[in-house]
Amino acid sequence: MRSIYITSDKLDSQACTEAVTYDGAGGIVVFVGTVRNATKGKAVLHLDFEAYEKMALKEMQKIADRAMERWGLYSMVIHHRTGLVPIGEEAVVIACSSAHRKEAFQACEFAIDTLKETVPIWKKEVFEDGEVWVSAHP
Amino acid sequence: MNIEIVAFGIAKDILKGKSIQLEVASAATVEQVKKQLVNDYPDFQTLASLQLAVNAEYVVDDYVLNENDEVVLIPPVSGG
Repeated sequence: MRSIYITSDKLDSQACTEAVTYDGAGGIVVFVGTVRNATKGKAVLHLDFEAYEKMALKEMQKIADRAMERWGLYSMVIHHRTGLVPIGEEAVVIACSSAHRKEAFQACEFAIDTLKETVPIWKKEVFEDGEVWVSAHP
Repeated sequence: MNIEIVAFGIAKDILKGKSIQLEVASAATVEQVKKQLVNDYPDFQTLASLQLAVNAEYVVDDYVLNENDEVVLIPPVSGG
């Protein structure tokens, strides 16, 4: 089972965990990326995410396909939120299940690392006195 | 030929708009279009990377563009 999703609504990591639950699975790994209240010591008010949704969904699907095949997973869920996301809320949830824990850990790490490299989604940090597109400049 | 280029993230700020119409040579490559963009908007040079997606896929620099291609500017991504 694969579930790939982009939404401006709140994510639900508990529902993602339940979605990958399977009797044959011996391990479920869930990564939840949340909005931190500061960057480099500077207070962040919130994040604002923008996605080229059509392509982002395709790239997320590719990640899930590769992870499912490479680690023989039972299920993988990749959900990403867009728009304004307040401090503490979930911006991304990746959940996967496999027969043994090692495969699920590796697949989950691969999925979030690759998402950050290839999926066309952009994050803007909004501060009291301005805003910055993250990673835009070297 | 005339192509429409759609922008996201900081590329939108640099273009000062969601999209631009660009007049390019027929059978222009992605590399040529990128050079033209950097020439017209020098701020693109300050970015860590700049890619073009065509029809919602990453393409190589020598990809030859068609007038009907959906061309999107991809500045450094930062999801997650």
